[in-house]
Amino acid sequence: MPNKTFFWFFLPTGLAMILFIGLPIISTGIQSFYAQHDQVVKEVKKCDPFGCTVSIVVDNEETSKIREAKPLGKFNGFGTYTDRNHLAVDEIKKFWNETESFGAFVDQVTNLPFYKALIFTLTYCLFVTPNVLLLGFIIALSLNAVARKIRGPLIFGTILPMIVTPLVGSLVLFWMIDSQGIIGANIQNLMNDPYLSLKSSKTLTWITIIIYGIWHHSPFAFVVFYAALQTVPQEPIEAAIIDGASRFQRIKHIVLPHIYPVVTFVALISLMDNFRVFEPIIGFSAEGSAQSLSWLIYDNLVNEEVILFGSAAATSMMTIIGIAILLAPVLIRTWKEFKTAR
Amino acid sequence: MDYGLDTKSTRLKTFNTIFIITWLLIACFPFIWTFWGSFKVRADFFSRSDWWYAISAFNTLIETGGKFTTNAYTQAWTEGEFWKASKNTIIVTVFVVSISLFLGTLGAYALSRSTEKYAFWILMAALIFRAMPHITLVSGYLFPFFELQIWGILPTTIVVLVAINQPFTLWLLYSFFKTVPKELDESALIDGCSYFQAFRHIIMPVMWPGVITAGLFSLMLAYNDFTVTALLLNQENHTMVPKIQSYLGTNQHEGNLMWAVSAVVSATAPLFMLVMFFQRQVISGLTAGAVKG
Repeated sequence: MPNKTFFWFFLPTGLAMILFIGLPIISTGIQSFYAQHDQVVKEVKKCDPFGCTVSIVVDNEETSKIREAKPLGKFNGFGTYTDRNHLAVDEIKKFWNETESFGAFVDQVTNLPFYKALIFTLTYCLFVTPNVLLLGFIIALSLNAVARKIRGPLIFGTILPMIVTPLVGSLVLFWMIDSQGIIGANIQNLMNDPYLSLKSSKTLTWITIIIYGIWHHSPFAFVVFYAALQTVPQEPIEAAIIDGASRFQRIKHIVLPHIYPVVTFVALISLMDNFRVFEPIIGFSAEGSAQSLSWLIYDNLVNEEVILFGSAAATSMMTIIGIAILLAPVLIRTWKEFKTAR
Repeated sequence: MDYGLDTKSTRLKTFNTIFIITWLLIACFPFIWTFWGSFKVRADFFSRSDWWYAISAFNTLIETGGKFTTNAYTQAWTEGEFWKASKNTIIVTVFVVSISLFLGTLGAYALSRSTEKYAFWILMAALIFRAMPHITLVSGYLFPFFELQIWGILPTTIVVLVAINQPFTLWLLYSFFKTVPKELDESALIDGCSYFQAFRHIIMPVMWPGVITAGLFSLMLAYNDFTVTALLLNQENHTMVPKIQSYLGTNQHEGNLMWAVSAVVSATAPLFMLVMFFQRQVISGLTAGAVKG
């Protein structure tokens, strides 16, 4: 296809992606170097029969004037990145000097909002991704063994958790697991502890969200693995059966090597999706004990007094860097393949 | 995979059946339970005293005189203005699907027929764009949209969703167009057609299976989106998913949690029907990127 024709065919979609994906990333980058204006204060002298007092009040008129003149805020450089709500450089230095043991230091650092969110996000990825792969694979193997006739409805039932939006999926589970729901109430009875609930401990909340993540993402892994299983050649398996290989050996030495590329694909996609975990935190109303990076950005953007564009942008940039680190191995590999192919 | 030689022991078969039934229960029961509970009053579905009330409908019987009530639905759809949210969802979905298919088919066709290096890099860029968390993009949109005063209205959201959706649509349709033989449109080109004519008369008639799959995924993205719609639309223009969240926020009102339950059922039911109907396309779309490589 000539370059000119390609250009006209690709222009609309290319324009959409540049304007609404490329530019916003740049806009986020610029915003992250600015912070909202400080409020202008003025001294007001108030005199009454008992004498005069000087008080400091916010000058609303001046403040809004400055805001209008420079809506982006004041230039802050890397100030937002290093402040307490993000990388917290000063705080970490202080903790390092003040705390006595390493454990205490880690304890202090993990209480800072950004690190708290980072640790939750990474924990979520670390637990959900491998379990999704494992569960998805087992379901695929198991469904692959049932009679072809009834597979259709079974597949439909299996993919339900995936097709609902995460907010709805987490709500549906939350309403069952909550202390007033069917599962929560029964666990309370069973444990004989009327105060036991999802919100009562941080660990329980984290476990619930991780279980939700596995429930929500496994169907995707299942679908891809199931399709891949259909392409496994039969001859080597039959040969292995004749050679007396056990079921487990057949899976390990024939099926798994065959679908290996697909496994990396699923792992990558679910890692990317898990890294942006956000809606379940709202669905489970778990803001108190579990915050993710995406949730921090959302929280800044729905701030009631003044939207913290700068702060949200700084967290966004660091999230993008995180995604870049996750994607780097894949990109480097494709680039190498591309170079050798030339 | 029914291997002639592969004989399964009865024990294995039983184990397999039990496993599948357990998994299906885990996967489906929450939805069935929510559907069942949406016809009860709050005191039953969120029972403080006894969860069995949700089944025996103890309070529903006292409050409404029947075992099932549709109060939650009628209230959410009228008083809760869920009709408005569903109207907005329909508008957003229809426009997002049609626009993104229009842009996507043209772009993906060009990518699949190009032998230049830049086609590869564009696909890579699309992959990176696909990985961007939506919330980071939204934090980039908000400020310029406020300044341009286009925040809060449906057209902005539609355009944003189309753009966010493009990378995935491009990849999906690219791998689909790769399976359409090149000879088809090449012969048309030899006969004197332009590329646009070849696309219009040769490719368009055969592209519908791929387009349906891509359309389904655009639809699911637009229908299910929370991040973009919640932050870029004002209260008036909210679609279904942010609306459900807004019902949760106002917990003081006794009925509102049940509104959320009925709204969840109302929003999920059409989606389930659709997937039931187009199950094969959904699965082929999910595996397109993986199996074909």
